[in-house]
Amino acid sequence: MFAYYLELALRSLRRSPGLTALMVLAIGFGVAASMTTYSVFRAVSGDPIPWKSAQLFVPQIDNWGPKDRDTDGEPPSAMSYLDATTLMRDHRAKRQSAMYQISPSVVPTQAGKHPLNVTGHAVYSEFFPMLDVPFLYGNGWSAQDDAQRAAVAVISSKLNEKLFGNVDSVGRTVNIEGRDYRVVGVLDHWNPQPRFYDVTNTGGFSENVEDVFLPFERAISVGLPNNGNTNCNATPKESGFVGLQHSECVWIAYMAELDDAAAVSAYRQYLDAYAKNQQKAGRFGWAPNNRLRNLPDYLEQQQVVPRDTKVSLLVALCLLLVCLVNTVGLLLAKFLRRSGEIGVRRALGAPRKAIYLQFLTEAGMVGAAGGVLGLLLTGVGVASVGLVLPKSISDLARLDLSLLVITLLVAVSATLLAGLYPTFRASRVQPAWQLKSN
Amino acid sequence: MQIKPILAAMRHHKAGTVLIALQIALTLAIVCNALFIIQQRIERMARPSGVDETNLFVIRSDWADKSDPQRIDAQMRADLIALRQLGSVQDAAPINSFPLLGSGWDNFIKLQPDQVKMTTDSAIFFSDEHALATLGTRLIAGRNFTASEAGAQQPRDAMHAAQVIISKDLAHRLYPDGSALGKTIYVTMGRTPSTVIGITDTLQAHMTGSWAGPYAYNAVLVPAQLLNDYTYYLVRARPGQLDAAMRDAPKALFAQSRMRIIDHKDGVMTFAQVRQRAYGPDRGMAILMAIISAVLLAITAAGIVGLTSFWVGQRRKQIGVRRALGATRRDILNYFLTENLLIGIGGVMVGAVLAIGINVWMVSQFEMARLSLAYVAAGVVALLVLGQGAVLAPALRASHVSPVEATRSV
Repeated sequence: MFAYYLELALRSLRRSPGLTALMVLAIGFGVAASMTTYSVFRAVSGDPIPWKSAQLFVPQIDNWGPKDRDTDGEPPSAMSYLDATTLMRDHRAKRQSAMYQISPSVVPTQAGKHPLNVTGHAVYSEFFPMLDVPFLYGNGWSAQDDAQRAAVAVISSKLNEKLFGNVDSVGRTVNIEGRDYRVVGVLDHWNPQPRFYDVTNTGGFSENVEDVFLPFERAISVGLPNNGNTNCNATPKESGFVGLQHSECVWIAYMAELDDAAAVSAYRQYLDAYAKNQQKAGRFGWAPNNRLRNLPDYLEQQQVVPRDTKVSLLVALCLLLVCLVNTVGLLLAKFLRRSGEIGVRRALGAPRKAIYLQFLTEAGMVGAAGGVLGLLLTGVGVASVGLVLPKSISDLARLDLSLLVITLLVAVSATLLAGLYPTFRASRVQPAWQLKSN
Repeated sequence: MQIKPILAAMRHHKAGTVLIALQIALTLAIVCNALFIIQQRIERMARPSGVDETNLFVIRSDWADKSDPQRIDAQMRADLIALRQLGSVQDAAPINSFPLLGSGWDNFIKLQPDQVKMTTDSAIFFSDEHALATLGTRLIAGRNFTASEAGAQQPRDAMHAAQVIISKDLAHRLYPDGSALGKTIYVTMGRTPSTVIGITDTLQAHMTGSWAGPYAYNAVLVPAQLLNDYTYYLVRARPGQLDAAMRDAPKALFAQSRMRIIDHKDGVMTFAQVRQRAYGPDRGMAILMAIISAVLLAITAAGIVGLTSFWVGQRRKQIGVRRALGATRRDILNYFLTENLLIGIGGVMVGAVLAIGINVWMVSQFEMARLSLAYVAAGVVALLVLGQGAVLAPALRASHVSPVEATRSV
């Protein structure tokens, strides 16, 4: 029976090619606009570490007080050196790392090669296991290396290729900012977007791959300055990078891994106790005002998803809505035009259900055709988002299998939805009336 | 024109009428807001930077060895002499950031040393006495820095700026009565005052984010080159020699020292590229909104054509009867035009309310500006015209139905 309906639908669609083309175009454009903007939205709002994001927490400590708080009462989004290193020393979470962005130069060993400028982070050893960082060769360094301020480095596969060719360079030496470091690990194409471990310095998205990771205390001891944002509420009393470390300026990102609710509440209490202690000691002249958000909440609070992306998606969805209203109107016209045919079928004994099936099949066919056109247009759209969006974001939008499936599903189900009312009207056609008038 | 029979006929195809009206309403609501977004972005992109954009380019030089600020200082001075000696170069200046770069140094500006809240925020440009001549920005009051005033500043040291030159807009923000010249202001977060020795014509800040809207034209020039891990060199080419200067300058710098990194991709940028990069997202958003608006209008117009054609087909017999009873072609044409106009008016009334509603919601969600009613009015007119245009073809076809149709049974 279904094959028969398909044939009927095809015949009916062929009878008014203009109207059919119009519906298919409307669905195609509507779906393509929505899916293209959705692919961007999905890329930027995605969870960068879905299997673990609920256990990763970003603590914030208010070391500036009410005078320098934003209007929303939020504490600074980064930490001062004093707070970050104290939290590291107390080591209350399962794993944790303070980190700051660096931009050292790397001098290739081969003669005649230019020095390179690279970006990276100074982190603690637990950074790598905490974020499940994948390694191509070797591993991260040990807690002992942290303590001894060992001259060790983890480098990206890209930098590895540039410096050593495509070989296992663990144990080799790399010259960073004029000093020799032993390579202990090479990353396996790790470039999470959003750059969740340091949102304050990247704004969330970055085209650059992180090339080097050095032990935090090592970087501090050799005076490798921070390259990211520095925010101060007062001029540091002493000068230089050391002065920055002794100041209340905030420039360090921090992340902690807490496995369950008990650990979270214990950590929260610990942060409050720490702030109270600072208050007692006279450093803070205000009550504790800390935050401890898990990663998804933190990314939301930091507004990592660009506002334009949300607006574009909304406008595109509205376009789809208009296309659907358009389709409802056209299907209604098309179906009711065949009232006579419906009357004959009903008079010959077809139940309402049969009418429903017949016309929904026809709507479904329009949807499927619109979906195929939508797929093509989405492909064009995703390929050309680079023309209208910054590269760091447009590069993330991809046409993959799930997007293909969603596009088709949205097209067909939206058209079926649009077909419901016209079909309902068609099924209500009175056979006697139709037969009489002919 | 009789409206009553039209209304009576509409009652017979309520669903279609409502659907067209709804489509017009939604289209109006979306297109108004989209056009408003486009206009705002275009306005933002058209803002002047206050610099001589056609002849200006920038070079970013990263130091391979960042350990010794004194050496960086000496290198920068040598670099600048080399740049200024080039035949294709009119002038050059060191600078830590520049209009439209997007990142840089901004500070709270205060009028009193112990003021708790800032008076305003401003970009801080560290440069030297060549800055204004290189930027091509005019002084409108006071004097330029002298060579002896130009020093050096380490980024993490306390900032000293005995003399500063500020932009017109900042001067007005600090001293609305126009008396900023010669006054002392606090630009360093510390208690050391800076004397305003000069005021420039319009000069844009580096900040381009929406948060910086109120501060977009606040700039302070400090006579000190910033000894950071990198520096920018602003270079103003002699008129018509931009390409030559852009070729010569990096060579001259590498001839000075090879211990630097100039990125092959964006190490040397014309100011046009700087502008394009700064406003890329705005341009993108405007294009996207334009595409969506065009598609929407096309689909709505096509929808009207489709549905009206169907109605005409459905009513051929009635049209024939009317024609046989003496209605002219013009009457039939007017009938469909009026019918469409009535539906359109219903649609745009709902749509205007929707447009304003959507805008109010967007204002609360995305910090957008209020939609001006002129946009809604323009949208209303545009959609009504579009609707009448779309209905014209099917209505003309209807007017050509011959009276003979009245006698045909099917």
